Amino acid sequence: MLQIENLHVKLEDEDKQILKGLSLTVETGKVHAIMGPNGSGKSTLSYVLAGRDGYEVTDGSASLDGDDLLDMEPNERAAAGLFLAFQYPVEIPGVNNMTFLRTAMNAQRKARGEEEISAPDFLKLVRATAKTLNIDNEMLKRAVNVGFSGGEKKRNEILQMAVLAPKMCILDETDSGLDVDAMKLVAEGVNALRSEGRSFLVITHYQRLLDHITPDVVHIMADGRIVETGGPELALRVETQGYAGLTPAA
Amino acid sequence: MLSEKLIDDKRRAAEALLGALPLPEGEAGWAREARAKARTRLLDAGAPIRRDEYWKYTEPTRLTVPLAPVAPAEEAPEATSPFATVEARVVRFVNGRLRLDLSQALQQGGLEVATLAEALSRDITPARDLFGALEFAGQEKVARPLAALNTAAATEGLCLHATGPVAEPIHLIHQQIGDGAALTHHVVKVENGASLTVLESGIAGNSVLEVDVAPGGSFHHIRLQHAPERPTATHVFARIGEGAAFRTFTLTADGELTRNEVIMEFVGDDATGHIAGAVLGRATSHADNTVFVTHGAERCESRQVFKTVLEGEAKGIFQGKIFVRPGAQKTDGYQISQSVLLEDGAEFSAKPELEIYADDVKCSHGSTTGALDETALFYLMARGITRREAEALLVGSFVEEAVAEIEDERLQDVMRGEVACWMAGRG
Repeated sequence: MLQIENLHVKLEDEDKQILKGLSLTVETGKVHAIMGPNGSGKSTLSYVLAGRDGYEVTDGSASLDGDDLLDMEPNERAAAGLFLAFQYPVEIPGVNNMTFLRTAMNAQRKARGEEEISAPDFLKLVRATAKTLNIDNEMLKRAVNVGFSGGEKKRNEILQMAVLAPKMCILDETDSGLDVDAMKLVAEGVNALRSEGRSFLVITHYQRLLDHITPDVVHIMADGRIVETGGPELALRVETQGYAGLTPAA
Repeated sequence: MLSEKLIDDKRRAAEALLGALPLPEGEAGWAREARAKARTRLLDAGAPIRRDEYWKYTEPTRLTVPLAPVAPAEEAPEATSPFATVEARVVRFVNGRLRLDLSQALQQGGLEVATLAEALSRDITPARDLFGALEFAGQEKVARPLAALNTAAATEGLCLHATGPVAEPIHLIHQQIGDGAALTHHVVKVENGASLTVLESGIAGNSVLEVDVAPGGSFHHIRLQHAPERPTATHVFARIGEGAAFRTFTLTADGELTRNEVIMEFVGDDATGHIAGAVLGRATSHADNTVFVTHGAERCESRQVFKTVLEGEAKGIFQGKIFVRPGAQKTDGYQISQSVLLEDGAEFSAKPELEIYADDVKCSHGSTTGALDETALFYLMARGITRREAEALLVGSFVEEAVAEIEDERLQDVMRGEVACWMAGRG
């Protein structure tokens, strides 16, 4: 369960408050969506939860199954079961995709006091998962995200998510830059991972992704906090009416 | 311009350097002549000082202390090969002395071997045309007094004459116990259709390698300088004939003062020469790679690829020049030197130079320096990888372009392993 209470965050280098008392609880096994206009702080929320530098938490808390996330390094958060699917997956020249995945998996296992995965088991797992995401062997051998199309990058994020099997998945604008077919493929990948023990926080600007990944709960975010919470019908309302009337600024 | 007093001081320092070393004896007339010319070169140039433009970034004082030869080692130390995955003939130099008793048999198909002492006492040998000659040619544009000192005084080394494809590389292992000068000088001739690989590990105090690659020949040189405990100055002089191929790669890990010079000239058309290196420096280590490439023929391709990773207060230097003679048309010269500074106290200096007297050439150079990409580090860490491991992955990928200049994949792996090991050993 992800619990965020009264979270206040500002940029480290500027006197600019971005999150202004955000509270949110995602119960285990549930899919929550956060929608909101540009500049409402959606991406900041995902970065702060994952532990990116450059932000300062001035108040509030965030925990995963009772463990204080804000106190951990990014890699510790990952080992604790948090996964952020990046809006802009980073290209890492010279680091092979498979090496990267295996290093990540074993680092997490080590942090949890588990044994390393054997090479054959790892290969089997990755190949099987990659197949469902339409990722071929050639893509697995390439450097991480280098020369990948927008769709390939997003599928690669979902591949990592599937292989690393986190408890809490945050999807930051995963639909951005994707055509309908690519979005369907990504959504199918996510839906296949839905389970009782895994929660999702789907951050999106548009309702269209939620046609494919049906959320249990929808939150509207504006000016650094949650301004309305409802069921999937709330997303449909945004689709027809826009954010006008839902945000204090409007 | 240096003052007259400084020039005098430089000459006196050169005299002192020579005076500390015994005069070689019992050599053939041509060898004595080559030695005498080298002495003159050294005295005319004087010992290097920081005020010399070529030594602007590296203080040479520790390399110009007059030292008598280090005493022979009482017991031969253990030697382990970092290149154990490759079948090679090991030749050991202990305290600057060739120890055939500790070395493997050198004779093999396609290779004629003599010790330097043997080669310099005979009249018919490829050494006669090369010893000191390539070193002399390499001083045309810049004085290299420490190389001249080596030619004047070094008595230990090998003369390798490859007349066909040589199956197993020659692996020179250098070791030194105790203080003093250790000079080694190797002369290599690779004939048409022949190929030879020379590996080096350990630290040679002052070493010169003269390599003449005849038209159609191929020569590879791969060197590992692992945590040298003493200052070291090395020179590789290469002359490359038509259609020939030359490659040299050096990984320098730490060491208080290392100056590696590679001086390469194309004398025949359509040849290739690749000079690459990686430097890993921590604490107060200092590594200087200085390269001079001369294009004296048409359609030759040269590459210089250097990657430097520094932390602590380590210093890295790259000086690289491409000199294109008149008429060396269709020259393709490439040079890149990049550094990653893992900590603020480290320092990298790069001095790329182009001097071009032909109008139809392609020459490029680039140099960058900076920290590791924080965005990439965060991405890796967000997947559970620790910061140290993430840095190691990024550093490994950073040096890869230089490592990829090595042809043999097993030797590439040796170098990758060295980089990973160095990263794992960070404090």
